Amino acid sequence: MTDFPTSIWPALLVAVPITFALGTVFFAAAGRMWSGLAGSVATTLVSALAIAAAVREGGLIHHLGGWEPPLGILLRLDPLAAVFIGMTALTGIAVSFYAASYLRSQDDLPRGASLFWPLWLMLWAGLNGMFLSNDLFNLFVAIEVVGISAVGLAVLSGKPPALMAGLRYLLVAITGSMSYLFGVALLFGAYGTLDLTLLSAAVEPGATTVFALVLMTLGLMAKSAFFPLHFWLPPAHGSELPPVSALLSALVVKGSFYILLRLWAEVFGVSLTFAAGQLIGVCGAAAVIWGSWQALNQDRLKLIIAHSSVAQLGYLLMVFPLLILAPGTAVAVASDWTSSAWTAAVYQTLSHAFAKSSLFLAAGVIVIAAGHDCRESLLDLVARRPMTAFAIGLAGISLTGLPPSGGFFAKWMLLKAAIASGQWWWAPAVLAGSFLTAGYVFMILRLAFAPGNSDTENRPVPRGLESAALLLAVASFFIIVPAEAVISFLESSAPFGSAIVPGEGGVLP
Amino acid sequence: MTLQQWLPLLILISSLVPGCIIFLLREEQVALRTVLNLGGAVAKVVLVAWVFLAYRAGETFAFDFALAPDLTFSLRVDQLGLFFAGLSAVLWLVTTVYAIGYLEGAPHRRRFFGFFSMCVTASTGIALSGNVVTFFVFYEFLTLATYPLVVHRGTEKAVNAGRTYLWYTIGGGSVLFVAVVGLFVIAGPVYFGDTHVIAGLMEENRTMMTVLFFLMLAGVGVKAAIFPLHGWLPVSMVAPAPVSALLHAVAVVKAGAFGIVRLVYDVYGVELASSMSLLTPLAVLAAFTIIYGSVRALFQDDIKKRLAFSTVSQLSYIALGVAVPGVLSSTGAIVHLVHQGIMKITMFFAAGNIAETYGFHKVSQLNGIGRRMPWTMASFTVAAFGMIGLPPVAGFVSKWYLSLGAFDAGSPWVVVVLLVSSGLNAAYFLPIVYRAWFCEPDGAEVHKLCGPANLETRAFLLAPVVITAGFSLAAGIFAAAPNSPLTFARQIAERLYLP
Repeated sequence: MTDFPTSIWPALLVAVPITFALGTVFFAAAGRMWSGLAGSVATTLVSALAIAAAVREGGLIHHLGGWEPPLGILLRLDPLAAVFIGMTALTGIAVSFYAASYLRSQDDLPRGASLFWPLWLMLWAGLNGMFLSNDLFNLFVAIEVVGISAVGLAVLSGKPPALMAGLRYLLVAITGSMSYLFGVALLFGAYGTLDLTLLSAAVEPGATTVFALVLMTLGLMAKSAFFPLHFWLPPAHGSELPPVSALLSALVVKGSFYILLRLWAEVFGVSLTFAAGQLIGVCGAAAVIWGSWQALNQDRLKLIIAHSSVAQLGYLLMVFPLLILAPGTAVAVASDWTSSAWTAAVYQTLSHAFAKSSLFLAAGVIVIAAGHDCRESLLDLVARRPMTAFAIGLAGISLTGLPPSGGFFAKWMLLKAAIASGQWWWAPAVLAGSFLTAGYVFMILRLAFAPGNSDTENRPVPRGLESAALLLAVASFFIIVPAEAVISFLESSAPFGSAIVPGEGGVLP
Repeated sequence: MTLQQWLPLLILISSLVPGCIIFLLREEQVALRTVLNLGGAVAKVVLVAWVFLAYRAGETFAFDFALAPDLTFSLRVDQLGLFFAGLSAVLWLVTTVYAIGYLEGAPHRRRFFGFFSMCVTASTGIALSGNVVTFFVFYEFLTLATYPLVVHRGTEKAVNAGRTYLWYTIGGGSVLFVAVVGLFVIAGPVYFGDTHVIAGLMEENRTMMTVLFFLMLAGVGVKAAIFPLHGWLPVSMVAPAPVSALLHAVAVVKAGAFGIVRLVYDVYGVELASSMSLLTPLAVLAAFTIIYGSVRALFQDDIKKRLAFSTVSQLSYIALGVAVPGVLSSTGAIVHLVHQGIMKITMFFAAGNIAETYGFHKVSQLNGIGRRMPWTMASFTVAAFGMIGLPPVAGFVSKWYLSLGAFDAGSPWVVVVLLVSSGLNAAYFLPIVYRAWFCEPDGAEVHKLCGPANLETRAFLLAPVVITAGFSLAAGIFAAAPNSPLTFARQIAERLYLP
């Protein structure tokens, strides 16, 4: 087997974090941190090597145990998955170092806080599983792993509001998974396969497919906190430990979005209509405006950031109507804008992941320094903690979509796709979103520039915490630099760049 | 690429890099910071002069860098861009000197000078942008770089002004963003000067191109403070005096006015724009803004507020000149970019000197100030005469060309607007001049708050105001000289109307 060394990478991407997650359980708190950190570094290394291999070979396929579908299970590391894995690794490693420093320096944490490490590594394995699986049941397992470890992380702080929010999150996660699983069962009953590639060839229009589509879409939307199923996110993400908020907001919601995008593009084309895309797009536009408006009206920094997630995720939904062809549009014509729409989806995902995790990490710094995250905690931040203020500024600018940030590039592509496809009505929503985002970002910055009162506490903060926040903020800017290379890598393989043609099968090769 | 090809980039770097280093310095490293500031400013002037000489010798400059798909970062050198870059570079040097004197001993100077340098980087970037996308990037960067300067003092008033400033500029920026993307979808990357690209697309997309024109106009119109988008300008005069000078003369409003010039002359082309009657609404709005700004200025007792409304009015001279087709009008509009800059900066420097030295902020406090600060008030008087349009100060030249152009284009109503405006200018500036020189000081004894005993104020504050007043006089007296702003403006304008 000459191809053994490279085709093993997809399996390692899941196996390595699981191994370390199990390993950390055998240590007490201090050792758990070191082994957890080692696991993060190892997983990041594996991710880097796997991405390098995928770039070299244009994608990797791994058959677990050597069995081929429909009997065996297939892991597919295609360019789209590689980019998502890279995003997870970069965010993950920065948050890991932050968490190590955070958990060590805080002495008012509950005793179970070191469980962060096994839970986080399990979460990482689950996310990688979501990106790699090419099979509906495997995806379900990955979703469950992610959901359970995310709920575990959410209640780590042990405070009553976190427990309440965590319970609510658990209910949504379970309901979402069940809804998804029901859809899987319907499809399996109808077509006898769970493999995405085989399924995309087999699906036929009809009530069963439509019902499965609706169930799975709703389940995934709830898990991604897409409007109007977003209600659980702000309280949950607003009350967790900072590294956990960062991971959940940046990565976990993106996992279910990724699956939704894949399923719509690869499997459900037969049952989709132009109107369905418009409906999802309206949800997105409403999320952008509602979420930003809510963020503007929050008093606590972490709640502002959490509501902002609802809005920023809305931009992702606005990609769907641009991917679905209107009746009578030729695929060749549409390639003008579908490629832009896919680019928008990927870049919005990346820039939001980095910017949002940076903001939550910076909020953690502020909570340590001031003891709380009410408006007063931000006063005079520019003078007291210039590095954190700078991180918030950069990340906020990227969220707003001002040039030359990653968020700007995403919005450029989204607007371009909207105008080129003739669906100019999305432009006002994008515009209003930027405007409102600028509103809450500069509300934060305005406080940061205002002179503080002398009784604001300013406790020392480990330098590493501030650096991690700044690193991610810088990343949300610099992802624009390799954009040319990233996009040509993505374009080398379907479904990236292809249109969803209503009534026709998926786009898998 | 030879070294010369890198010059446009070096012009940007000459303020970007000092700015970045200043952020990293400690607050108390005053000497090093001052050296960096002045060194960068001098370097920028030298570099612009070098590019200018090379350009005159027939050298072409093109620095293109593909930042991302669709987004090509492009710096080009043309006469109009150089004109604006020269204005920014020279006035920045003067303002830097002034700011160093003004902020002596004030807190947070590191932050101030850092963003100050970013601000001028953005405005020279706007000047040298080769295409619409690059222009947009620097235009937004300018918003971000000026916000911290507006709120610099951190008082409630400053912070509120910053909020108003942002709502306007971010709103304008968003509208401009949509329009720039729309233009890109229809016409691809539009380079300034390639007016035939748009002209070729006109047939098929007439409505769309009209909509895009007005969206872009609204986008740049915010910074150019055209009514009803001017609301931020009078509010943000709470910023420190050097910032006001920068905002009102060099960077922000000029970026907007320059944007209008670029949009009409170098994106759509003046012929196409006037044949589609895109310019009439602009002319009407500009004329209204001129009168409106002047009338509002009449009723302000706060010196800086009066100056701010005057800026609203004076800026629209540029827009009005652009909106009236013809070589003479265009000359008037382009030359007023510079003339308004040097005159208005003089007035803000003078107002800053009075506020710093005696703590006066109201027109009604100025009785007899001319005797205490003869140099400052003499400079102010020169600039005020220029604003009114009295020869031989620069403002006269602008108004003269704008009027000639209006007659040429068969729009005598423009001349009426100019005359009325001149009358109003006189009505709100002459009282200040009168009080300063001819009224007896009020009874109460006043004391100097700062400055040496043998000089009316600190030398760093006095030199800039005298220099820019000198510029205002020289630009008027030597208007016909081969290297005057007028000559350049005329050359640029003539090239626009070549067959």
